[in-house]
Amino acid sequence: MQTSKYSSPPVDQVGIEDRIARITARSIKSSMKVEGLKMALSMIDLTTLEGADTVGKVTQLCTKAQHLCDEFPELPNVAAICVYPSMVNVAKQALGESGVKVAAVATAFPSGQSSLEVKLTDTKLALDNGADEIDMVISRGKFLQGECNFVADEIATIKEACGKARLKVILETGELGSLDQVRKASDIAIYNGADFIKTSTGKIPKAATLHVTCVMLEAIRDYYLTTGKMIAMKPAGGISKSKLALHYLMLVKEVLGDKWLTNEWFRFGASSLANDVLLQYRKAQVGGYQSPDYFSID
Amino acid sequence: MARLEIKKTYKIYIGGKFPRTESGRFYNPKGIDVNVCLSSRKDFRNAVVAARAAQSSWAGRSAYNRSQILYRIAEIMEGRRAQFIEELLQQGSTKKSAEDEVNATIDRWVYYAGWCDKYQQLFSSVNPVASSHFNFSQLEPMGVVAAIASESSSLLGLSTLIATAIAGGNSVVALASESKPLCSITLAEVLNDSDVPGGVVNFLTGKADELLSHFSSHMDVNALVYCGNDSKKILKLKETSADNLKRIRAYAEERILGEKGESPYLISDLNEVKTTWHPVEKIGAAGSSY
Repeated sequence: MQTSKYSSPPVDQVGIEDRIARITARSIKSSMKVEGLKMALSMIDLTTLEGADTVGKVTQLCTKAQHLCDEFPELPNVAAICVYPSMVNVAKQALGESGVKVAAVATAFPSGQSSLEVKLTDTKLALDNGADEIDMVISRGKFLQGECNFVADEIATIKEACGKARLKVILETGELGSLDQVRKASDIAIYNGADFIKTSTGKIPKAATLHVTCVMLEAIRDYYLTTGKMIAMKPAGGISKSKLALHYLMLVKEVLGDKWLTNEWFRFGASSLANDVLLQYRKAQVGGYQSPDYFSID
Repeated sequence: MARLEIKKTYKIYIGGKFPRTESGRFYNPKGIDVNVCLSSRKDFRNAVVAARAAQSSWAGRSAYNRSQILYRIAEIMEGRRAQFIEELLQQGSTKKSAEDEVNATIDRWVYYAGWCDKYQQLFSSVNPVASSHFNFSQLEPMGVVAAIASESSSLLGLSTLIATAIAGGNSVVALASESKPLCSITLAEVLNDSDVPGGVVNFLTGKADELLSHFSSHMDVNALVYCGNDSKKILKLKETSADNLKRIRAYAEERILGEKGESPYLISDLNEVKTTWHPVEKIGAAGSSY
């Protein structure tokens, strides 16, 4: 797989900023908001990626994924649980037949600073434990050195190892420098087998923004217009408020259209977003502003 | 040459900043030639978020430091006496009553500054129990307190409610008097100049009728303190706050405005008692071993 198959168009940064400013000035109300909140819940990859993760914590998170708020049986489950490879079997067992998928971060997450052998072994561990989805990180060091073919080959190799599991490629946009670089990395990932492109690891302060998400969605759109194939998108990190999540959904609808508004094609990587959505949902149903005191701690 | 008049813009106070209301609305208090923000429920929501964020670190400060800060409020207020008196005059007070109210308010901040590091000793206790436990009770702040004062107690009354709440480690969302909001906003400026961390006290201006039901129904407000004699209003507040068992403290104006307004019990009213059972060995024949 080579990078010469495509050429990334330059990104109009001012245009993007203007577009996002207009989106964030809008708000969704009443019944539309309720539907948006339910949709956002169904798209969450409930995530715990801590050194301190224990079997107990992962099990608890899996329970939460299936019982977001039993007071409202109409609420959907979240889309997936996102954990380290060593926790995949724990999550798989805890989730049973619930339909909630298990995603595992692999390839020397979060830095990606290791050899291809180690990355493949890491991926294999996650797959052997039963992961449905693999979240890989690209080698940002190599990318920034201009070795795009190295990054492309790596993605293609991991994709091959994934078999049926869907591959999410984390670009870690906060380390790429500019929106043009984000576009370039998106194209490399898309043309080399990514099923999802994902903004961030959540491990550095500069996580997902509407701006980089817009650029990545445009890359997905251009690929779709060229080849007719759909690629999924996952912003991750720093999305903890419902209002922001709804803005993301608006952006997806604007750039890609309704086809992408399902959890097969769009996800949020988040740990605390679910609780805020529940707060807002309960407010819409019951009236009165809610308190996190009355919802489960993550 | 005559100078152009420079009028003050009265804005609300949320999280240590002075924004205008998100609703963009304003009203003119009767007989006063100023535009005052007509706060919406969303301003209130934002204020509660700010108050919640600020509460734990405020409660975590040493009692002595809270004391210093409350005294600082009195100091800064003293320097702004003339402005407070002028605003009270604008709001319809006589010169004598305006001066008296400002004096009483400053004294009250000093009074509660003194209590910050003393009320705990007064209300805490070591309790006798019949097992080998060291059993003690102490006060903890309730959390976010909403403070509402009647129209006639816009400065002294509201100051007292706020002082008792923050002396005990709570954070506050206060609603200024609808007809006399000027001195409340100036009080907010004083607090902002007095090392009170942003968010510990927040001020809204607007119509009580519009906002009170949101004050009482908000699940993230732990207590509501009211100074006034409107029994219907008190009943309504109690009814609508039942959902999260919000503690409602309602005081008659005479209680707060008179000398009974100086009492450590007003601090303990906005605290709750936590009792700890700490196991110890050999109590009984050998005597206490802690």
